[in-house]
Amino acid sequence: MTKMIGQRAIASLLSLLGLMILVFFLSRLTGDPAVLFLPIDATEEMKQQFRALHGLDLPLIEQFGRYVLDLLQLDFGESLRKARPAIDVVLEAYAWTLPLALITMGLVVTSAIILGSLAAFNVGGFFDRLVSIVSLIGASAPDFWIAIVAIVVFSIGLGWVPTSGVGTPMHWVLPIAVLFIRPFGLVVQVVRGSMISALGAPYVKTARAKGVKNLPLIFVHTLRNGMLPVITVIGDQAAALLNGAVIVETIFGFPGVGKLMIDSILQRDFNVVLAAIMVTAVAIFIMNILIDLAYGLLDPRIRN
Amino acid sequence: MSEPLLTVKNLSVDFHTARGTVNAVKNVSWSVGRGETLAILGESGSGKSVSANAVMNLLDIPPAEIVSGEIFYEGEDLLKVSYEKHRALNGKKIAMIFQDPLGHLNPVYTVGWQIIEMMTAHGRPADMARARALELVTRVGIPEPEKAMHKYPHQFSGGQRQRLMIAMALMLKPDILIADEPTTALDVTIQAEVLALLKELQAETGMALVLITHDLGVVAEIADRVVVMNKGEIVEEGVTRDVYHNAQHPYTRKLIDAAPGKGEIKLLDKAAPLLLDAKKLCKTYGKFAALKDVSLTLARGQSLAVVGESGSGKSTLARTLLRLEEADSGEALWKGRDLITMGRSELLGVRRQIQMVFQDPTQSLNPRMSVYQLIAEGWDIHKLMPDRSKRRARVIELLEQVGLSPEHVDRYPHQFSGGQRQRIAIARALALEPELIICDEAVSALDVSIQAQVIALLDGLRQRLGISFLFIAHDLGVVRDFADTVIVMKSGEIVEYGPTAQIFDAPQQPYTQRLLAANLDPDPDVQAQRRAALIHA
Repeated sequence: MTKMIGQRAIASLLSLLGLMILVFFLSRLTGDPAVLFLPIDATEEMKQQFRALHGLDLPLIEQFGRYVLDLLQLDFGESLRKARPAIDVVLEAYAWTLPLALITMGLVVTSAIILGSLAAFNVGGFFDRLVSIVSLIGASAPDFWIAIVAIVVFSIGLGWVPTSGVGTPMHWVLPIAVLFIRPFGLVVQVVRGSMISALGAPYVKTARAKGVKNLPLIFVHTLRNGMLPVITVIGDQAAALLNGAVIVETIFGFPGVGKLMIDSILQRDFNVVLAAIMVTAVAIFIMNILIDLAYGLLDPRIRN
Repeated sequence: MSEPLLTVKNLSVDFHTARGTVNAVKNVSWSVGRGETLAILGESGSGKSVSANAVMNLLDIPPAEIVSGEIFYEGEDLLKVSYEKHRALNGKKIAMIFQDPLGHLNPVYTVGWQIIEMMTAHGRPADMARARALELVTRVGIPEPEKAMHKYPHQFSGGQRQRLMIAMALMLKPDILIADEPTTALDVTIQAEVLALLKELQAETGMALVLITHDLGVVAEIADRVVVMNKGEIVEEGVTRDVYHNAQHPYTRKLIDAAPGKGEIKLLDKAAPLLLDAKKLCKTYGKFAALKDVSLTLARGQSLAVVGESGSGKSTLARTLLRLEEADSGEALWKGRDLITMGRSELLGVRRQIQMVFQDPTQSLNPRMSVYQLIAEGWDIHKLMPDRSKRRARVIELLEQVGLSPEHVDRYPHQFSGGQRQRIAIARALALEPELIICDEAVSALDVSIQAQVIALLDGLRQRLGISFLFIAHDLGVVRDFADTVIVMKSGEIVEYGPTAQIFDAPQQPYTQRLLAANLDPDPDVQAQRRAALIHA
């Protein structure tokens, strides 16, 4: 197990390095920050000064060298816009995105497992059809559209929840609800499919011959086997949320990492963009490790 | 017979499938009393498992539909009791074990947990269940029972898994144990042990045993009474001895006559030229030695059988000779040229001369290719039969040679029965005019009556075309009928090697003797004698 994690860590470090190179140079292609940060009537002299101050006048390759050296000391540089360490800005945004992702995925996983399993137990029945239709709609509905419709209906129309921003628990309701829908639709369908095949397995027949009741039959005997393919999809969906739900965060003015990234790109705040991408990559790496561990935990056959 | 414990009366079950309704069983009636063993004997598709599944409420309804019938247990019709009441009977009063214990044990829970659950699911306290489980795991002969409880199914051997299944089934001292092909997936020696264990446990508990099987030998060994099923109907029933010696129904007669191991033993033609001469073949996987200094010779027209239990290296030997596996050392001279060191292009030529027929024709025939395509494909690979217009006629000729008809040529594998599919696989091998056909358990998956036909077909090909056979099998009866020479393998080594008559009539090695003793004879009297001899010894 430790060996596996070690190998994964080395592979991830390599891809992290590749990612860093790519993002560093690509972000420089978006243009000169000096043009964006200084007033329109700033003189060429002022712009030069600005560039020299932030090391933007050096040859690109030297800028990169400095960046890497700083990074090795865990220094992600300063945010141009906020004049604070970039990493602080990013971690602050993560403090919003992480609970949002965790709560949403928690709800998705719990509800998808329960509904998908029960649908699978009664294939072709009314409940199964209902779950199938709802999940299909959920999986295929565009989230930006749902977000806007939800604001129109629940915030403006009914006035139940605020339109955007943060501050009270009520501010979390719509972002979570909107983020929930698509992964829920996908995961339900995967759970259902996986559980249908697992329920047909011989060991389920054994359990029935033993006189095991239906609920433990589904949720103890079958679910643990049926979860194996589901875990991969859950990880995939969770990664998308950790990335920051760019569109949903923007629409709801939610100060998470997705919104931060978009803002920083638009403002050519390179250090923040790089820091955000690095932190996200590390988060996804950690989550992949957790998924591998979950596999081992669920299935004794792959522990060694 | 005492008062019956369980009675199935006029049971009819239909299966509604996309292709129409199938009468899986029609008017089936049987009963079993305390301490009695009833065998339900039948070939695949005979519906032998259906009534047992109905007893356990394990039929999937739909597609199954119970059309009529009653199943009486303790004065109640099990087909009419509530789901909850039936559930409470399952495992507690009537328990069941299955053919494939690896698939039928849950892979992600420890065996201890699964055995204990048999009692906790019926409301018994966990500590009591744990003590009883440990007692039974010990009783069924699992080494280090305390440790075994914490292990998972994949960590046991096939025989041990079936013992654990038995332990689980007996947790609540059921009145009736239904065993669905409990030993079919096991080696003969293990099969004998498991059957003996079942009998001992039956004697201890007085339970009734319903044994579903296709194997006459198993019936002869263990059953008091037998019902014979064919195409969903009971064609004959009675005391096992009577049915064997005095079968009334033609189907029962056919089944008994088809049982292998009664024919005349073949003699090796000593004048035939040598085809294959293998010397000291070795193959290891990591630390595991799959082949240890295996040497053999094979002459033209010879049928050499390789027998042994699973893991003995039989299949590795075949794969090594075909260069599907690379041998670590040794040589295998095919008409004087060493197969083991041969270059690629030469090997391709030899591959045409050595063909293989596998165990499961459902898997070895590509389901998306027609019979014509399957058989003609080899000609493209080996650039034979360039005149395509003649191919069709040749395919038809080959089909007729294996007992199929010309109209089969454009059909697909799923349109054939298992026996017919194996004939297609044989026709495919024949298309390349091979000199040696390696059969890896080629008849093991087939029903006895079909098995006899395929064996007769292979033997005809051997005599008419002079083809040699390397025949890998675990069924000694089949080997006795087909082979002129036998190699007995164990743990990658040759234990005994000689003419079939000598191996069967005067085995020298204790292992061979054990293997032969464990092989079940379809005659109940022969089995009874063997048992008596065993007890005597």
